[in-house]
Amino acid sequence: MPAAAPDPAISVVGLAKHYGATHAVDGLAFDVACGEVFGLLGPNGAGKTTTVEILEGYRTPDLGTVRVLGLDPVRDAPALRPRIGVMLQEGGLYPGLKPLELLRLFAAYYDDAEKPEVLLDSVGLRDAAGTAVRRLSGGQVQRLSLACALIGRPEVVFLDEPTAGMDPHARATTWQLVRELRDRGVTVLLTTHAMDEAEQLCDRVAIINGGKLAALGSPAELTQHVVSDEIWFAAAPGLDVAAIGRALGLGETDVVEDRAGDYVVRAAGTPERIADLACFLRDANVTLGALQAGRRSLEEVFLQITAEQAR
Amino acid sequence: MRRRAVVAQTRAETLLQLRRGENLIVTLAIPLGILVFFAKVDAISTDFAHPVDFLVPGVLSLAVMAAAMVSLGIATGFERRYGVLKRLGTTPLSRGGLLVAKTATVLVLEILQILLVVAVGVAIGWHVPAGIVPAIGLLLLGTVAFAGIGMLMAGTLRAEANLAAANGLFLVLLFLGGMAYPLAKLPTPLQDFAKALPAAALSETVRAVLASQAFPVGELAVLVAWAIGAPLLAARYFRWEE
Repeated sequence: MPAAAPDPAISVVGLAKHYGATHAVDGLAFDVACGEVFGLLGPNGAGKTTTVEILEGYRTPDLGTVRVLGLDPVRDAPALRPRIGVMLQEGGLYPGLKPLELLRLFAAYYDDAEKPEVLLDSVGLRDAAGTAVRRLSGGQVQRLSLACALIGRPEVVFLDEPTAGMDPHARATTWQLVRELRDRGVTVLLTTHAMDEAEQLCDRVAIINGGKLAALGSPAELTQHVVSDEIWFAAAPGLDVAAIGRALGLGETDVVEDRAGDYVVRAAGTPERIADLACFLRDANVTLGALQAGRRSLEEVFLQITAEQAR
Repeated sequence: MRRRAVVAQTRAETLLQLRRGENLIVTLAIPLGILVFFAKVDAISTDFAHPVDFLVPGVLSLAVMAAAMVSLGIATGFERRYGVLKRLGTTPLSRGGLLVAKTATVLVLEILQILLVVAVGVAIGWHVPAGIVPAIGLLLLGTVAFAGIGMLMAGTLRAEANLAAANGLFLVLLFLGGMAYPLAKLPTPLQDFAKALPAAALSETVRAVLASQAFPVGELAVLVAWAIGAPLLAARYFRWEE
């Protein structure tokens, strides 16, 4: 008999929640293992935030059961709250306090909190320590909100669109923090619209649409089943696409320049065709910038799944 | 309840109160200004030999109304708007802990107000009477009533509407509260209406105990009714998210 799997950090079974006639969540089920970084993806209105807020104990499910660290988020709230960290989609911080004051306040809620000064450094807000929250930029507010979620050394962290409104530098900082959480064995459930974020950070993702689970698996699993019948490559702009089509034994309109320097070949990326493409580029003395074939990006999978169900 | 969390919360909320200039105007500058202005400018006639004997009880009541209804209510309304109340809901600071901290914050402000009003009153000729202890008991009862009204508005109205309503109600209750001038100056129908409101009930009972007059039982009943009814309504209708 195999050893029993360890209890999941988060378990959702048959979850349903409706507001009036709108079914925000409709029969959702998934588990998140301890130490996993799990992404909830879905279009606006898919039920991501409702699901997260039920797990955080803000809302009660109409049907189904949710458990976080084996506890009921509403009934066992006093036992659960010291063990979780939450980042709301927006707001939640006193506009009149300064970042260090706010982190010191939040640190006082927990028995074994991180040092506020250290955490402020690690989210890159040391220079803003004395600026009132209302004067911070959107990305700085997001990073402070993340710091408030982490101050109590939580075992499970809920991040609702953690990088919305961040510049690329702040986004990289946040991604690094999430990776460090994973390295420390913290379970992370995040929602996002950014597919590159999900591919970069998440061990597994659930794509939800219309309150239902549409796909579940690691980013690699979700992308490998869908074999693309396109080759995409990047090179110098302005290449003769008709000539490339002929060189690959295709029609003259089967190769298009999507954007300047981005080319799409509307044919499967067979080894022979890739070799022909390479030969063409060699003969034309063109340097290849990037090449992708045979596997779709998570974004394409996402768009395909959510579009199919919209029909 | 986590004592450390409640203490930190009280500290932060008190700090925020002191940072809001408009809050200091309503809770300190207006009551003290009314006290000094009406004591020095012979604008009203009262049954009292010295205007300050009439004014100090009224201004103490006004100060409590400003702290418990206006200051607490407006701050809470904006905390609701900015999602602060929602965010605190997932921290180990329970709702009970938050309420204790907010109560303590109001009391800290009221202690400061009472000390300042008494000090300024003494400076312009008021003598602290023996009735100050029961008067403080009545001011606490008034705090419960006004905090209930403030929280009811903060938990049901949009933040901007709550801001306008709290300030507007403050003005109405100042005019109808027997605080800066006697209720008897109002036309009779308006007097009767004013007597059903918590402001006049508070100022009249506080004035009676400070001046050792016959205790107004009817006014006390009105005050107790508000102190029970308003918090119950607030608890029933308060919504944590806007």
